[in-house]
Amino acid sequence: MRYITEFRDRALAENLAGRIRRAVQPDRAYHFMEFCGGHTHAIFRYGVQDLMPPNVHFVHGPGCPVCVLPVRRLDDAIELAEKHGVILCTYGDMMRVPGTGRRSLIKAKADGADIRMVYSTLDALKIARENPDRQVVFFAIGFETTTPPTAVAIKMAQAERLTNFTVFCNHVLTPAAIEHVLDAPDGPAQIDGFLGPSHVSAVIGSHPYEAAAQKYQKPVVIAGFEPLDVMQSVLMLIGQVNAGRAEVENQYTRVVTRFGNRKAQALVAEVFTLRDRFEWRGLGSVPQSALQIRDNFADFDAERRFAASQKQSREVKSCECPAVLRGAKKPIECKLFGAVCTPDNPMGACMVSSEGACAAYFSYGRQRAPKDAA
Amino acid sequence: MTDCINMTHGGGGRVMAELIRDVFHKHLGNRILDRGDDAGLFAVQKGRLVMSTDGHVIAPLFFPGGDIGALSVHGTVNDLAMMGAKPLYLTAGFILEEGYPLTDLERIVWSMASAAREAGVQIISGDTKVVERGKGDGVFITTTGIGVLPEGVDISVSNVTVGQSVLVSGTIGDHGVAVLSKRENLEFETEIYSDTASLHGLVADMVAAVPDIAMLRDPTRGGLSATLNEIATAAGVGITLDEVQIPVSPDVAAACELLGLDPQNIANEGKLIAICPSGKADALLAIMRAHPLGQNAAIIGKVTDDPSHLVQMKTAFGGTRIVDWLAGEQLPRIC
Repeated sequence: MRYITEFRDRALAENLAGRIRRAVQPDRAYHFMEFCGGHTHAIFRYGVQDLMPPNVHFVHGPGCPVCVLPVRRLDDAIELAEKHGVILCTYGDMMRVPGTGRRSLIKAKADGADIRMVYSTLDALKIARENPDRQVVFFAIGFETTTPPTAVAIKMAQAERLTNFTVFCNHVLTPAAIEHVLDAPDGPAQIDGFLGPSHVSAVIGSHPYEAAAQKYQKPVVIAGFEPLDVMQSVLMLIGQVNAGRAEVENQYTRVVTRFGNRKAQALVAEVFTLRDRFEWRGLGSVPQSALQIRDNFADFDAERRFAASQKQSREVKSCECPAVLRGAKKPIECKLFGAVCTPDNPMGACMVSSEGACAAYFSYGRQRAPKDAA
Repeated sequence: MTDCINMTHGGGGRVMAELIRDVFHKHLGNRILDRGDDAGLFAVQKGRLVMSTDGHVIAPLFFPGGDIGALSVHGTVNDLAMMGAKPLYLTAGFILEEGYPLTDLERIVWSMASAAREAGVQIISGDTKVVERGKGDGVFITTTGIGVLPEGVDISVSNVTVGQSVLVSGTIGDHGVAVLSKRENLEFETEIYSDTASLHGLVADMVAAVPDIAMLRDPTRGGLSATLNEIATAAGVGITLDEVQIPVSPDVAAACELLGLDPQNIANEGKLIAICPSGKADALLAIMRAHPLGQNAAIIGKVTDDPSHLVQMKTAFGGTRIVDWLAGEQLPRIC
């Protein structure tokens, strides 16, 4: 495969591994948070940790959209399908995430709720067109990468005057989350720098991280999702740390520019506006960290069309997802990990999502002894 | 005859008799089936018999490289073949949905007949039921097969021991990706064809050349990773793979990359995994490669001593990782 295998080349990897070994100062440790679940999985899937010197550590961040969605929002989505009788369209990753009482969309579906797995917002629009007598809700989740397609769907629905299509909007913003991680009072013991988001940055550009890098004096390297991207970015971070720099550098230049995709940004700005606050699993209530649908598109806002009931939403007791998402704990430090909580029987979202840190540890890395994985 | 299946086709009356005669007997007919008895009658051979059953609910019913008819023969023939048996007879149960076009049904039955002929097996008994529109999905087929085990053949997961070699008979993931490429909400243009095929001919050559093959299994649903994990758990061993050695066609690799899938988790319908003493691995590989269904065979790993019974892989990138069971259901209705 052209343009893929080049980024997984073993000889280049060994070369980079040698350069990283020579670059690290032996008397100090390097803790780098990879923000995105995509990075976490690349690290485990290709065994990148095996190529790192022992004093380079990866700290897994909150960049897994399924994982950071609080139980309350998932409960609301299940309620939409069960109580309001809508056709709920969702990305597949959400299906098995446990809500309150370990109820999930897949269980609701088995009990008769009309929940459909879609691959894109266009599938959801199609379902709405084909079922004019039913209400169709798209369960929108994700960071800046998935937001433009949701905006497109809302604009198309408006142009087509689709009266039975709404969006349950849960889109969240990356830079706000990074700052919040660094502000958290019980945050991770140490983060020396960030592997910055790759696809998110393709949309928003690299400049939104500049303020945080400056304010918290932490280097950020925007890194691609291929294993060589990760390794080169680590080398760049080590260079910054050693030189005492805290800048935003861009390793993923083949996709990311400083100001990103302005057309997508304009589209998002037209359809969405900032929420004052939004609840994140693990991070709590984070100001100005999420989007809601603007008043001019109110007809397509599921939160305005269907009233959510008051309910007590609860996480599974002793699930450490919140601490894992802050980078404060490793998945293997959770009592439930691998014992009662497995991908087949998940207690928390991080064990379900293909971007979750617990799923990456369990599926690719549980052979490592705790000291090795930590 | 009407153009579509209706409820009278399952009603037990004249219309049903016509369907059986004009579609099923016409294509599947043989000496045993043609007797028209309630059950197929055949002489029991000396030795040991093996028997297996397999239901087929694939969507779509026709896919690049095959259809549910051929698949329903291959699926059960391969279950018998993985024991080292020579398949002899099949039975077939059809559940048809009201409104299903008869011409399509006939294509499916014709395809079953060709697959059975090619495999040298006879379909000696059948059953047809019709369900109301919306209660089925066109056609479901369940086949049951009987085969005879040659003297001295002992293929079982209980023979798997530390140090043995793991082989695969060719490229993985072809079937699952071919089916996926025709799914309504996912259609993509590709040259990938299902590998659906009867494997007992290949198995016969392998067993003849290396009689002490420890075990065979066809990696269908859940793909290579599920099958190897089943083996590791059942045999109480670990398995270590070398990713570079695992054959994957460039088209399948590209499709998986695009869809975020792992070829190791994807179903095959014409591939087998063989485990044999390491000293015999090269000989077995040569025999497999000499057969048309084993041209891309490869030695992909080793059985190891591992109390955790994990399947691990040396990645092409130079690291190591676990190859785990697939959680949930990646591709529903794949066979």
